[in-house]
Amino acid sequence: MNLLKTILAGAALAVGLTGAVSAAEKVKVGFIYVGPTGDFGWSYEHDQGRKAIEEAFGDKVETVFVESVPESADSERVMTQMALSGTDLIFATSFNYMDHVLNVAKKFPNVKFEHATGFKRSDNVSTYSARFYEGRTVIGHIAGNMTKTNTIGYIASYPIPEVIRGINAAYIAAKKVNPDVKMKIVWVFSWFDPGKEADAATALIDQGADIIMQHTDSPAAMTIAEEKGIFAFGQASDMTQFGPNARLSSIIDNWGPYYVARVQAVMDGTWTSTDTWDGIKPGMVKIGEFSDKIPADVQASATAIKDALSAGTMHSFTGPLNKQDGSVWLKDGETADDGTLAGMNFYVEGIEGKIPQ
Amino acid sequence: MFKLERRPTPSNAMVILTPVLAVVLTMIAGGILFAILGKNPFEAIRIIFWDPLFNEVVASYTRPQLLIKAAPLITIALGLSFGYRANIWNIGAEGQFIMGAVAGGAVGLAFYPTESVLIFPLMVLAGAVGGFLWAMIPAFLKIKFNANEILVSLMLVYVAINFLGAMVTGPLRSPVGMNFPVSRNFNEYASAYNGELIANTGLHMGVFVTLAVVIVSYILLKQHIFGFQVRTAGQSPRAAKFSGVNPNVTIAICLGISGGLAGMAGLFEVTGPAGKLSTNFPLGYGFTAIIVAFLGRLNPIGILFAGLLMALTYIGGELAQFQLSVPAASVQVFQGMLLFFMLAVEILVNFRIRFKKKEVA
Amino acid sequence: MDFSALSPVSLIVSLMVAATPILLAAIGELVVEKSGVLNLGVEGMMIIGAICGFIVAVETGSPWLGFLAAMAGGAAISFIFAVLTQYMLTNQVATGLALTLFGLGFAALLGHSYAGIKPPKFGSLDIPFISDIPVIGPLLFSHDYMIYISLMIIAGVWYFLTRTRGGLVLRAAGENHDAAHALGYKVIRIRIMAILFGGAMAGLGGAYLSLVRVPQWTEGMTAGAGWIALALVVFASWKPWRIILGAYLFGGITVLQLNLQAAGANIPVAYLSMAPYLVTIIVLVIMSSDKKRASLNAPACLGRIFHASS
Repeated sequence: MNLLKTILAGAALAVGLTGAVSAAEKVKVGFIYVGPTGDFGWSYEHDQGRKAIEEAFGDKVETVFVESVPESADSERVMTQMALSGTDLIFATSFNYMDHVLNVAKKFPNVKFEHATGFKRSDNVSTYSARFYEGRTVIGHIAGNMTKTNTIGYIASYPIPEVIRGINAAYIAAKKVNPDVKMKIVWVFSWFDPGKEADAATALIDQGADIIMQHTDSPAAMTIAEEKGIFAFGQASDMTQFGPNARLSSIIDNWGPYYVARVQAVMDGTWTSTDTWDGIKPGMVKIGEFSDKIPADVQASATAIKDALSAGTMHSFTGPLNKQDGSVWLKDGETADDGTLAGMNFYVEGIEGKIPQ
Repeated sequence: MFKLERRPTPSNAMVILTPVLAVVLTMIAGGILFAILGKNPFEAIRIIFWDPLFNEVVASYTRPQLLIKAAPLITIALGLSFGYRANIWNIGAEGQFIMGAVAGGAVGLAFYPTESVLIFPLMVLAGAVGGFLWAMIPAFLKIKFNANEILVSLMLVYVAINFLGAMVTGPLRSPVGMNFPVSRNFNEYASAYNGELIANTGLHMGVFVTLAVVIVSYILLKQHIFGFQVRTAGQSPRAAKFSGVNPNVTIAICLGISGGLAGMAGLFEVTGPAGKLSTNFPLGYGFTAIIVAFLGRLNPIGILFAGLLMALTYIGGELAQFQLSVPAASVQVFQGMLLFFMLAVEILVNFRIRFKKKEVA
Repeated sequence: MDFSALSPVSLIVSLMVAATPILLAAIGELVVEKSGVLNLGVEGMMIIGAICGFIVAVETGSPWLGFLAAMAGGAAISFIFAVLTQYMLTNQVATGLALTLFGLGFAALLGHSYAGIKPPKFGSLDIPFISDIPVIGPLLFSHDYMIYISLMIIAGVWYFLTRTRGGLVLRAAGENHDAAHALGYKVIRIRIMAILFGGAMAGLGGAYLSLVRVPQWTEGMTAGAGWIALALVVFASWKPWRIILGAYLFGGITVLQLNLQAAGANIPVAYLSMAPYLVTIIVLVIMSSDKKRASLNAPACLGRIFHASS
């Protein structure tokens, strides 16, 4: 009978109150996600950020979202519809929305846009991203210490700077504590394909990897690691539930604090177009709790690295570092500048194989 | 029990009535679905079917968007309808759409940064040729080796998808795109950009070409000898042969037209709304267009409306998603139901239902 | 490059796991096509199977019940297709595509609260000593049960189609439905049974994905496997045994390219991924060009609508 009640109530509402009640004071925040909110990876964490906004501001905000929006003309249409419907601030949470965000932003100068991982800005378009490579330095350090076979498996998505940066950071940290460490890299050319990610994990394990890292969105690799009795790290979200024994730690995308701050800025009228690239320190990159499988001394040294990165006394890319071909990249004590990091398209010395072209 | 009885001639009244019936059935079933999800069913149906057309806040934007979203679907479906009438089943329009976009896009990017008014027409031509040639593969294999064109054209979709992947990670990758697997932006290259022709509507050349194709198809099918040949080939291949229609030529022409139109649609889409080549620009237009072709009963006017109806459910579905926070999946289910009902009611056009009386001995 | 780490045995074992979902879906579709029906909704039926199997396995704790539920779910959704195409005489291509759209959406709705859960573990064959024999043990005696079952299903379908009267009737319906009807066979009933079997097998294949290969539930997790299964039927030229060969080849190419990458080889992934489809086209051309052999395999009435006018 609940169904009937809903229908009746609905009929009354549709007849009487078709126009939405306008809440003049509410700040309306829109989100578009590239995947389903239930991917337990990238889009899931952005949706957690949206929930953090609701929690922080309660009645003062209204959030709306559309999931599984293709990175095409469809995204432009969805954002335009949001802007027309009175949204004040729109978060576009995938790289390839970039040009579409700028197109819509041009048409709605009063609406503010936040584009994740992009590099094009305008007066009402900010960009933001996280220094995930700092997290990779921490888990690389743990992996280098804990691998018995001296082989770390890495499941990579697309050969873009973001992913290559992660591979390099993890390798440098692992190599520092374990000179014999090798990294096997598999490119799956997809952000989200659980079947293929699982196959990739199996392939890496078959070839001797006893720790898996990933830069793809599904927890498939974690489940395989659990089954085969090896170790892995959570990616984007904690993923404990998929590998209670396998999971050593995780790199968690923690967008909540940034999102809350940006909404606050809109409320205060202080929002300006900015480029944010935050790491461990402001909490945008969170390191998941260490598993008790990690020996105490490694836990301690990993924590020290995390703290040093957070305090700014350490940089993930500190010389002396050579590029894969042996040429000098960073001299002793020199640290990488953000420009080079943002466009990184080379492996550091010691990593085998070529970046697919 | 009831029995289906073939009507002597298709019912004209039913041709008009059945789509309305299907939409009403979908509204009822969809309403129940949304009610189960805890949403107001009347509001949901209103948002999907009414708001994109008449809501005062969004409709001025969404009305032209309906045309833009529907344009590639209609163009592809029109091309497919010729073949389907002749019993030639090209289901690989998605592949032809992609190859048209790649071929046309590659031609444009090859000229970068030269500016000339000749570049865009050349790209459109290359797009059509790309789709045409891709469709010629199943045509050739069918004519020469009798290979089933349904299966060959379907396989070629996956070849095309992988080819697109190879192109955007290889030769066509943008040199300024941070190594992302995307091509250069067409909207930053004036000669190759398929921009809006009427200010603030987004209506690009592809939309107008689509409308032209609707008219030309209508005339071809109704008036022209070609329409007759296609229809005969479909209804009775033997009769067609006697009346001098070469079945091989029909196969080549039908696949060629559908491939060429799909390729052209791909080029317009990639240089306009999508803006760049990437692995996620195709969006399954080629497959959705097959459904559109059938919803439109292979009739040009029917296809026009079917394409617009599909576009309406996409755009209305997006509105419902963020206004009612229904999950994206429920919109997919809703579209699936609409298609099921549309296909199911078609039977009333050609058949009437007779209820059998119980026979008394 | 270091190929020493490439172990042929583990390569074969993992390609069998990768191949089993498409193998199951393909053997179902083979029966459907042999009866003269082309159901392009395999992807939709697979994902419905994946979620039905997952839900029941999680709720009851029994993967076996999960697999049963997956078969029921796949068959149930294929029943929509059966009613539409057999009674309402809708076009099979369009209906199949609609089924895929509907299935993907419906599965996502069903599975909304099942993301992020681990399913109960599915057992593997483990015979003391025998399973531990090097090479032969892992190759033959220590797979999960479903791999053996999938091979038995292939054998069963082969036996049914070639050695039983029921199989003969089914093939007759696919070859010439008017003649079969004239002989007094119930063409529509036969086809509906075939479609339901196809749905059940696709569902089973989907559940293998969500319960064994990945094992978890995520929206859209079939990621195109249903389309590969369709290609596979053609590649196998509608012969049950060749489905095994084809599935292991198709699955093998994915597994092999991932393994080659892990071994450090630089391979053109996109071009390699095209290969199975190109090979399928070549097989189809060779088969079709020989008229005599073609008529033995490809069902003549494939995709054509049957309506008993008398």
